[in-house]
Amino acid sequence: MWDYVKLVAFGVIAVLAAIAANYARDEAYLVNALTVMIAAAVVFIWLLRNMGEAKEPVNENEYLDGVVRAGVIATALWGVVGFAVGVLVAAQLAFPSLNFDWAHGYLHFGRLRPIHTSAVIFAFCGNALIASGFYVVQRTCATRLWGGNTAWWVFWGWQLIIVMAATSYIFGGSQGKEYAEMPWHIDLLIVVVWLGLLAVYAGTVMQRKEPHIYVANWFYLAFIITIAMLHVVNNAALPVSIFGSTSVQAYAGVQDAMIQWWYGHNAVGFLLTAGFLGMMYYFVPKQAERPVYSYKLSIIHFWALIFLYIWAGPHHLHYTALPEWATTLGMIFSIMLWMPSWGGMINGLMTLSGAWDKLRTDPVLRMMVIAIGFYGMSTFEGPVMSIKTVNSLSHYTDWTIGHVHSGALGWNGMITFGALYFLVPRLWNREGLYSVRLVSWHFWLATLGIVLYAASMWVAGIMEGLMWREVDANGFLVNAFADTVSPKHPMYVVRALGGLMFLSGGVIMCYNLWMTVRAQPAKAPVNANNFLPAE
Amino acid sequence: METYAFLRNFADSWHLLFMTLFFVGVFVWVLRPGSRSVHDEAAQSIFRNDDTPGSLHVRPAKEA
Repeated sequence: MWDYVKLVAFGVIAVLAAIAANYARDEAYLVNALTVMIAAAVVFIWLLRNMGEAKEPVNENEYLDGVVRAGVIATALWGVVGFAVGVLVAAQLAFPSLNFDWAHGYLHFGRLRPIHTSAVIFAFCGNALIASGFYVVQRTCATRLWGGNTAWWVFWGWQLIIVMAATSYIFGGSQGKEYAEMPWHIDLLIVVVWLGLLAVYAGTVMQRKEPHIYVANWFYLAFIITIAMLHVVNNAALPVSIFGSTSVQAYAGVQDAMIQWWYGHNAVGFLLTAGFLGMMYYFVPKQAERPVYSYKLSIIHFWALIFLYIWAGPHHLHYTALPEWATTLGMIFSIMLWMPSWGGMINGLMTLSGAWDKLRTDPVLRMMVIAIGFYGMSTFEGPVMSIKTVNSLSHYTDWTIGHVHSGALGWNGMITFGALYFLVPRLWNREGLYSVRLVSWHFWLATLGIVLYAASMWVAGIMEGLMWREVDANGFLVNAFADTVSPKHPMYVVRALGGLMFLSGGVIMCYNLWMTVRAQPAKAPVNANNFLPAE
Repeated sequence: METYAFLRNFADSWHLLFMTLFFVGVFVWVLRPGSRSVHDEAAQSIFRNDDTPGSLHVRPAKEA
């Protein structure tokens, strides 16, 4: 019966999407409607072909790891795609002629930039968080994922959202909110998929067999719940037509700006920080084979981080129409945030105390440790940049871009790479990684790439900021805006080079993981998980 | 405006007090005497159940 309901539902969705495509008012909406139509038709055919087949009984004594494997593949592939688009837009900034005439209106910098940001944040980091979260919650709760195949629907729904968002940007369907560019119909789909994710995660935690909810799950849950709240509030909008991408924001003026940066900063705080801290609190102790340095500190880290982060958003709006008390509040909370951030960094690093020698032989652990190092560095730089006097120099310059990337490439990228190197041999039951040497290559390419990136953006940003504020003896500005653009060319070239190195590292990782699955011998069935008794 | 004034007043009085007490309470709760063994046990929990949920009862022997 349930199978028929699903079959009918997907048939209806396909037909409705076809009708929507027919009435579409803009290209972006048309492409989205066609994508939904094709996706629904594929699911319809797949359901139809599997009708009446005897279903394999679900073994509740096994983990649901298929969806984690799919998530790992998606993370690696979207990562490389997102980095490649990043290198392309960096090259376009250095060499504007790469905004090709034949692609004008579709593939120039303005259209590609949100594809880069969405691909790395939502596709790469999003898939990494969903996949690793599904892995971690099952192990720490000693139970199979809740909700049967709901996890698979979440996975495929998320991939559909990524494809729809990317194509929408190319055809101009952006609502112009940074990191929330998706038009209203994709926003609605995100809500559905995200509630599915919340249900799977919370359902698994609720049926846990371990009495204690391990701290990583707290971070993952905070990430899921807070992103749901931020997304719904920031994207409140009234569509102009149900057949078009355009919508009118529910808020106007400075209120809209404040809500946008409350969203924007907490997307960093809860997706790129809290979620990845969940990753850190599981994978670093596992790879180091030692429990976390201080479990008490990890709980304090959690509560302090979520209590303080949510207020830091106004530091994006210094010296604007936002009331001064609000920007001061944002600045003070940003500075206070330094403490839990470094508490967490110390907790992660000290997990290695007594095992520092492992860094010499284990490049995967080295990757995780440098990720924590970059976490510490960018959570120090961030509070500094949120101070109004510093911000008056740094804001709107490339320093901000450098800061974001030392956090995103250094912290999110490196900890994800570490988790992928950890997960693939275990998920595919392989005897270790294909090549540890290639992990070292990846490590050094990525690290040096980030150093080039961050250093060139510091130089470019501070130069730009100083040139913008330079006045002569009579109080007139010395530089025209264009004068501050052209000197950045060498720094832009260095930045693109740094990005290219980071991308090459990602490609090497994909090859290494692929060969691990293909060429490595399967593990012996006895002691199949390399289970080590606690020493 | 009345709703705004009410909410604003509530937010920077009672709710602020509640959040501050909750925040301080977390520290007290975490550092409470006798919690060390609970936390050590929780920190070790990631080293079991790697393969299957069923291995819960095959806990590795604790260090002497």
